[in-house]
Amino acid sequence: MLGLFQGASRLRAALRLLSYTAPFPPTDLQRLCPIQTSARFMSLSRRLHHVGEDGSRSSPASAPDRLPFSRVSVEDLAFFSQILPGRAITDPDLVESSNVDWLKSVRGSSELLLRPQTTEEVSQILRYCSSHNLAVNPQGGNTGLVGGSVPVYDEIILSTSLMNNIHSFDHISGILTCQAGCVLENLSLFLEERDYIMPLDLGAKGSCQIGGNVATNAGGLRLLRYGSLHGTVLGLEVVLADGRVLDCLSTLRKDNTGYDLKQLFIGSEGTLGVITAVSILCPRKPKSVNVLFLGCETFEQLLKAFQLCRGMLGEILSAFEFLDSECMKLLNTHLKLSNPISDCSFYIVIETSGSDPSHDAQKLHNFLEEAMKSLLVTDGTVATEESKIKALWSMRERVTEALTHDGFNYKYDISLPVERIYQLVTDMRQHLGSRAKRVVGYGHVGDGNLHLNVTSPVKDPVLLAAIEPFVYEWAARYHGSISAEHGLGLKKRNYIYYSKPRPAVALMGNIKAMLDPKGILNPYKTLPDQLKQH
Amino acid sequence: MSGRVLVGVKRVIDYAVKIRVKPDHTGVVTDGVKHSMNPFCEIAVEEAVKLKEKKLIKEVVAVSCGPQQSQETIRTALAMGADRGIHVEVSGKDYDSLGPLQVSKILAALAKKEEAQLIILGKQAIDDDCNQTGQMTAALLDWPQGTFASEVSLEAEKIKVVREIDGGLETIKINTPAVLTADLRLNTPRYATLPNIMKAKKKKIANVKPADLGVDLTSRLEVLRVDEPPQREAGVKVETVEDLVAKLKDTGKI
Repeated sequence: MLGLFQGASRLRAALRLLSYTAPFPPTDLQRLCPIQTSARFMSLSRRLHHVGEDGSRSSPASAPDRLPFSRVSVEDLAFFSQILPGRAITDPDLVESSNVDWLKSVRGSSELLLRPQTTEEVSQILRYCSSHNLAVNPQGGNTGLVGGSVPVYDEIILSTSLMNNIHSFDHISGILTCQAGCVLENLSLFLEERDYIMPLDLGAKGSCQIGGNVATNAGGLRLLRYGSLHGTVLGLEVVLADGRVLDCLSTLRKDNTGYDLKQLFIGSEGTLGVITAVSILCPRKPKSVNVLFLGCETFEQLLKAFQLCRGMLGEILSAFEFLDSECMKLLNTHLKLSNPISDCSFYIVIETSGSDPSHDAQKLHNFLEEAMKSLLVTDGTVATEESKIKALWSMRERVTEALTHDGFNYKYDISLPVERIYQLVTDMRQHLGSRAKRVVGYGHVGDGNLHLNVTSPVKDPVLLAAIEPFVYEWAARYHGSISAEHGLGLKKRNYIYYSKPRPAVALMGNIKAMLDPKGILNPYKTLPDQLKQH
Repeated sequence: MSGRVLVGVKRVIDYAVKIRVKPDHTGVVTDGVKHSMNPFCEIAVEEAVKLKEKKLIKEVVAVSCGPQQSQETIRTALAMGADRGIHVEVSGKDYDSLGPLQVSKILAALAKKEEAQLIILGKQAIDDDCNQTGQMTAALLDWPQGTFASEVSLEAEKIKVVREIDGGLETIKINTPAVLTADLRLNTPRYATLPNIMKAKKKKIANVKPADLGVDLTSRLEVLRVDEPPQREAGVKVETVEDLVAKLKDTGKI
């Protein structure tokens, strides 16, 4: 019944679906240039296999060999079944969906899914796993886009899905305390009834959980107005790798007593500890929300519109997003969503949130008059009604979904100086030529964050070799980030050096070794493979 | 056929909003709740504007009955392409008891005053689901009616209407002047574009009182109580067919 001992052949068969053939990124920048020139359109036969320091053939995004963790035994299963009755799941059909990521791009071969309900249960699980050298993959809503939320091999999946209680909400301070498994949309609905909103919002809100959001330092659509989770999270309760419960669940706005440990865990992608509870500062629900959907002919006009917007709508601006005409074609074709306005090269979604509808209407009117007079905007529409607002937002929020229907997706989430954002898209289009089916750009232009996506009918290793490391080198050249908000996970762990210097990454390794000496928390993710050799 | 079209637009609670019953059960909470134009009224406005763009009619007049805020709804119609608006002021208790009978009397009076040749309304409002105003207006004016319209074409002095009915689609030809009510598939309402939104601010909205039209607003209806639908209870999961049969027997279903 429990085929828990895997043969080596089964292991090989369970490897990544993605296999990259680009050369391993060199660890010091001097070697960037020579390899870069020969990276263009490499044919399969001329592919360079860069031999890594450990002597193995490495590809940057595919998984390294399995580390020598224990495998789940009958005794282990008996223990888990005893502390989590009915919630230690081995049924392959039930475990399957937790083994595959949302993009269906990576698959693990875990045979055990655990669903604790309390922090104490998480603590017991980790204490046991630590002493028995069992690897653990913490998992929230499994909506991550870098392969960080699913096992690489047979790591035990620790799901927070049943930890969905809201502990408390203070309606004077707006501080919400809840378990890590609360779905973001549910928290939003809870708060909206009390005249508050969550400080973050993203397309995955119906599935993503707040613990996962914190673990990945999710950005989203409202970051422009309310800031990042590093600012809005007031406290965390984290279970460390050895089972110790770290209670930093403060609900204070200001507390300068010692090192601010929670900041370490925000964005740590489940590699330093398992977040079990969150306290977060929530803003008041705005009385007046307006959404503008505008069209521009050039990216320069878009940027000028952004400056005008900042100047005239500054204090009520809550989102500034863009999508290009290729994205609109995807929405029209695959999701049958029609363009609310006429065809333009670029589309902007602007959201304002304020406390007085008539004041905001006046500000909007002035802004729109100015934008139209100075010909920055060629067409547009405005929505004040909830249903229309949702409809306009879906033009931006559903681009990710539309892309999945266009073929195989290559997703890149890059932070750049705002004026350079679209240049990467045009350069990539030119660079790839007809090899790619589609190259699109969209994202949080207000935050300097581009979502660059390339599609091809099927997975194409040669296309991939043309995209990477070109895209990372491009980002590094302008001192951007190779992962603005998606994190590193499995897929981008080895590209960290494009955006962080060696000493910084080395220090990250030290911290990881200190907090998780056995390396059982979400192995193979976030930090580069080479570090592990030290 | 040329001339004037009256389009009725109603301000209702936005369909995406969660409805709450007032604690005293006299109605639903409307204070501070997002309102918008009734979706079927949007379709009616769109149809009227389309007819004008085809040069089949000359002028589109948007009408709304209600308090001050109804003017926002008229502005939306103006931004979609209506030429001018008429706001029939009804507020307070009169507004609470305003229903299809009163509105149809107002529309009939306005149609005569404005010499309209066509009245287009939404088939029903999403707050009361009455589906009566169009039919009553036609009766009061003794005009033909094309209700649940999913397709409208003007031919000489007649209108061909394809109606959505239970059995399928029914095509009728009616004389003008007439009343039409719009069903879901008649068209897809346009988003108001910026130039039109700007223009709309300058278009006129006339203020009229029901008394000026000689309309008596007294209602023949009294709302006794408003309740939420009963809460849906959680289902019960069973493991086997035997369990299912046993449970059904226990609860007296079989």
